[in-house]
Amino acid sequence: MRAARIKSVGAAQSPLLGVAMFTPAVLYIALIIGGPFVLAILYAFSDARIGATSFHYAGMENFRSIIQSPSFHRALQNSIVFTVCAVVIVMISANMLALALQKPFLGRGLIRFLILLPFVAPVSLGSIGWKWILDSIYSVITWVLIQVHFCTPFNAPMWLGEPHLAMASVICVHCWRLIPFATVVLLAGSGAIPKEIPEAAAIDGAGFWRTFFQIRLPMMLPITLVAVLFSAVFTFTDMTVVYILTNGGPFDSTQTLPSLAFATGIEGGDLAAGAAISLFLVPVLVAAAYFMLRVASRAEVT
Amino acid sequence: MAVVEARNLTKIFKEGELGAVNNVNLATQEGEFMVFLGPSGSGKTTLLRMIAGLETPSSGEILIGGRVVNDLSPRERRIAMVFQSYALYPHLSVYDNIAFPLKAQKVPKAQHQQKVEWAANLLGLGRLLKRKPRELSGGERQRVALARAIVREPAVFLLDEPLSNLDAKLRASAREELENFHKQVGTTTIYVTHDQVEAMAMGDRVLVLHQGTVRQIGSPKEVYENPADTFVATFLGSPPMNLLEYSDVIVGFRPEGFLPADLVPGGKQVQFRYRIKYVEYLGAERVLYGNIEGGHLETKEIISRLSWNMPSGYEAGSVHDFAVAETDLRFFDRKTEKRCSAKPYPWQ
Repeated sequence: MRAARIKSVGAAQSPLLGVAMFTPAVLYIALIIGGPFVLAILYAFSDARIGATSFHYAGMENFRSIIQSPSFHRALQNSIVFTVCAVVIVMISANMLALALQKPFLGRGLIRFLILLPFVAPVSLGSIGWKWILDSIYSVITWVLIQVHFCTPFNAPMWLGEPHLAMASVICVHCWRLIPFATVVLLAGSGAIPKEIPEAAAIDGAGFWRTFFQIRLPMMLPITLVAVLFSAVFTFTDMTVVYILTNGGPFDSTQTLPSLAFATGIEGGDLAAGAAISLFLVPVLVAAAYFMLRVASRAEVT
Repeated sequence: MAVVEARNLTKIFKEGELGAVNNVNLATQEGEFMVFLGPSGSGKTTLLRMIAGLETPSSGEILIGGRVVNDLSPRERRIAMVFQSYALYPHLSVYDNIAFPLKAQKVPKAQHQQKVEWAANLLGLGRLLKRKPRELSGGERQRVALARAIVREPAVFLLDEPLSNLDAKLRASAREELENFHKQVGTTTIYVTHDQVEAMAMGDRVLVLHQGTVRQIGSPKEVYENPADTFVATFLGSPPMNLLEYSDVIVGFRPEGFLPADLVPGGKQVQFRYRIKYVEYLGAERVLYGNIEGGHLETKEIISRLSWNMPSGYEAGSVHDFAVAETDLRFFDRKTEKRCSAKPYPWQ
């Protein structure tokens, strides 16, 4: 039965080759992802602390205290706001960019390269750059606003210091990072639409919006869903941007689940609570992964 | 219904290079079926796309129904187009594909169903309305594309090689369907093809294009029997017209006019000793390849086409008396390659 399923001649002739090919990947996943994951589950049901030499089974105690904690509620809420806002902004901007970059024009190659740049640059470096751009004293944005007399140095906005502004800033920086990725995915998808189809729509009398919403978007639905799911997962699990820009503040207003888990487990030393918080991400991510795989296989078929 | 006109229409894709379409002038008649015929790369599709409004002319004017439409978008030109690939919307059902132009042109919703059904029934698509394009055969897709084109009753139909994706058998029946369809709706139609059989069979008039210029516009009979230049003479007809060059003149005659001497109808004729090199047997006809014995034409290959009911005995290697009627000779100027009046020609 198993032998009959193997269609590749090479693999059928030498099963050892197949094993040798996938062993590194399995080892990598087991060591880097599987190990920590098992440990996290173990810790979440214990009273493990940084510095303690042993830990004991603690049952559901960690989960009970987390669910009752206001900062967890806050973080969960923030995570949802962060993810939904970021994904909506990313998808709209990426669609606009993909449309704009589709037809050749002078300098398109350069613009494509510039748009990709935020994605290939290391997140931490980009975020540090943004931290300076949004700084309360040295912010270039504030400087420009003062120069054009939009505000004075005394009532200038504190980009990272006021709860709502801080959340907006974190979302914007994260979008800056994710838009290139979504744009590239959508560009690939729109490249797969034969050029006669929008032309036929134009001849049939459809204007820009009808062509976009009734032809282009439905035809790109599978690839768009891939972009949405990946963006959502990247956002939901991201803590770099939050950690570097605001470290969750002010007053927990930008604290998301991953950053709360880090703050509690590593910085606060309560490994068990941190592990329990991060386990709350699992059901969401499992659902997302399931949909990703389904959509990906559907996108291949059509 | 409307008349399509082009005046000095030119399209140059790259500055400094030869244009894809050069200085084309044409005018269809009301309700006419006009075919643009040319080899690939002759500019026929570019010409059609300019008429459709998908390509901007470099210079010249396009008129539809007497109005200059250069600056109008495709939707404002009231044209319908069938693409070579059909360009059906893959995510929409056949019904929604056909209804799309109605929605786009804001036809009142109450009329949609009736109009879609009218178009679908005209093309025999009644049972397929719920299917998706990928569940249809090539011929069915082509009919959906046609139904989508007629549903809003356009002023002009543009068809870009709509039969080239069908297999040979289906192509013949689809051709017949298209002809009947044109008779029924009577809309001015422009049809692009590289297939001379399609052009001859379907066109009221044929426009022969080569390297972006119009070589001849005329009825199929005119372009076949009285080609305007040597390109038209050799592009139409399979096998092509025999062309014999001498000093400043080229003389041409069709292979089916070059026959055994006793079969050539009366009147003046030119006789040759014809040595047959090889014979192609095609069922309904035989094509003989050979050359003329003696004289300066000796090296030139000449083709003869005999229909099945002509006597046999014309085998490879044999030599016979062949002739062509003088009325079947066509003369071309060797420099311009254009048609010219009859000139004395030294046959031997």
